[in-house]
Amino acid sequence: MRWSSSPSSHEAPPVVRRECSRIAGFLFISGLVLVSSFLLSTAAQRRLSVYSVAANYSLPVMQRANHDYVSLLELLDPLGRVNAKLDGRRWRIRYNNVEGEFIAGQNRARIQGRAADLSSIFLIENGRGLVPVASLSSLLPRFLGGPVTVREDSGRLFIGSIATHFTASLAAGIPPRLVFNFSSPVSPSVSTEPGKVHITFTREPVVAPASSTLTFGGNIISSATYSESNGLAEITVNTTAPLTPSFGNNGRTLTLTPASAASQASSPPPSSPPPVAARPAANSPANSPENSPGNSPPSAPSPSSYSSAPRHYFAVVDPSHGGDDRGEALSSTLLEKDVTLALARRLRQELENRGISTLMLRESDTNLSSDERAVLANTNHPAIYIAVHVASAGHGVRLYTALLPYGSGDNGLFRSWSNAQSSFLPVSQGAAASISAELQKQQASVRIVTAPLRPLNNVTAAAVAIEVAPPGSDLGQLTSADYQQLIASAVATAIAATRDKLGATP
Amino acid sequence: MIPRHLVIAVAVLLMIVLGMAVYVWQMRGRAAAVPVATSDARPLAPPSVGPTEQLTLFVAYDDPGILRARSARIPLPAGRQQRAEELLRALLALYLDKSSPHVIGVGADVRSVYLVDPGLAVIDLNAAFADTHRSGVLVEELTVASLIHTLSANIPGILKVKILVDGKERESLAGHADLSDFYDVSAVNQLASQLQSAP
Repeated sequence: MRWSSSPSSHEAPPVVRRECSRIAGFLFISGLVLVSSFLLSTAAQRRLSVYSVAANYSLPVMQRANHDYVSLLELLDPLGRVNAKLDGRRWRIRYNNVEGEFIAGQNRARIQGRAADLSSIFLIENGRGLVPVASLSSLLPRFLGGPVTVREDSGRLFIGSIATHFTASLAAGIPPRLVFNFSSPVSPSVSTEPGKVHITFTREPVVAPASSTLTFGGNIISSATYSESNGLAEITVNTTAPLTPSFGNNGRTLTLTPASAASQASSPPPSSPPPVAARPAANSPANSPENSPGNSPPSAPSPSSYSSAPRHYFAVVDPSHGGDDRGEALSSTLLEKDVTLALARRLRQELENRGISTLMLRESDTNLSSDERAVLANTNHPAIYIAVHVASAGHGVRLYTALLPYGSGDNGLFRSWSNAQSSFLPVSQGAAASISAELQKQQASVRIVTAPLRPLNNVTAAAVAIEVAPPGSDLGQLTSADYQQLIASAVATAIAATRDKLGATP
Repeated sequence: MIPRHLVIAVAVLLMIVLGMAVYVWQMRGRAAAVPVATSDARPLAPPSVGPTEQLTLFVAYDDPGILRARSARIPLPAGRQQRAEELLRALLALYLDKSSPHVIGVGADVRSVYLVDPGLAVIDLNAAFADTHRSGVLVEELTVASLIHTLSANIPGILKVKILVDGKERESLAGHADLSDFYDVSAVNQLASQLQSAP
């Protein structure tokens, strides 16, 4: 028997074809609308970076009626004691001892009883008071009692004399290296593309040198340009060869060495800490075709193979709870989610002061599930994950490492999600011991125990949770700047001291 | 022309459908009229009586944040599962007392304990237990460790424990202690040892 096919016998009737093409067209247009709306929303997400002695952080900028707005409460929260009250259209805010009163829909406010003009009307959204970014340079000095510089175009706000200055010069050698000297420690991310190296500062108040273009005149490294936008500062180095970054002088010096010279060097200078903040991009030297897996014999993937992925941040700090999850109600007005955020901000600042690049999992009052926290931490491949909790019960600081659940071990190449922490447990316990020793040096009461606390068991890095209880019977000490600073500083010192051990983990 | 028998059959079926609809409507109304008890506090079984037995309860103390072994004599039924339930109820009775070293909410109770071979125990707590529990890593951990360690120390052969709330899985006890996984009894026993040493 022979099978034959006739195109006409299999072809759908014209009505059906028309219907199919209409449905396909509809699906295509819907997809296009979804993709474009996603791209637009991503592009529209703008931020304001705030730099101060107390903390460096960033806030979302919202556009309303062609004006940029920020939440005043979120802006002042990391800087001091702040609370707000909504009474009809009146919104009152108290920052330390300064009181302000704003009325929704009006462009005049009162701060300490004196009138203050806003560039556009005050808005209230979901109980949050929004002020125009353009008015911050006049509003904030009256709350903070000091000078404030707002760079509206680039989304950067400097409180006090906080700026980090830098110089750049070509150091003698064959080939010459480009050396940046900063006035305070920095931990930028470094990425490369053909002919350029981008050094991006997300947390540091780096400001432009006298001229935004620096000319070196070298054969390999010719010039660099400084730019800032959307809360970021960036230095772009123009080069004809791939450059390898290395940090020294406790994060105050960044050296870019041509890759050929770097490979000839047998070892990095002993004074240079590991380049923890280097963030190789897809086409960086580390991922260049010469180093790609395609050029080496294929090998069977191992459970630890993904751990060798580029490390984006050395530490991930997780202010626990947030959004609908309030955590413990420490008092009628004090919630755990707010204190964890304040403490985490101090910890990040202390870590970055020690040249440790740090990612905060939430910057504001947002919802994050345990799984989302673990996924965010794991995809950044940090050396250490630190969850911050606060409690009213007991005294001092409790440090927790994961209590792994029953069974669900690894299955061949696949790792169990519940027990993902298992191979990192020894290094987590080492980190907890180091933090405990440092806290004891500061005369703090400390205890280490295991805990069934997610997402510790899902994290593929050293993972420690810190639960801070008041040192005495006064719950108000939980929000005391001195107490928070003591703990944040001790934890950061311990992590910096064990940086090499933590950085060496897979 | 539709055959007559087909018309009759369709008519009969329609009448059945209408009849069923009316019946269901009435049943629905009757079910709605029955008041639902919000909290049924009636006992399901008589309290255990008979000879008492010497047991060890691992009691949580909030102030130093530790577990302490405490001997108790309580009447226990013969069945393994009922023994487990009575054991945990005896522990909760301590916590519900006004002078408790580890206060739990009023109305907190163990609904059931299921012992499933090999080595699995399922503790089903009531909603009041979890909803009124204080939040915090240590306070929640003390509760969990106290329940599991007391159970495994007095009922041999338990290797893993699952904690449910009102018969359902819950993510955490009160925002911290994980309830989504099975507890490894040997790991909890090690934790209990850590918690029995003073900080």
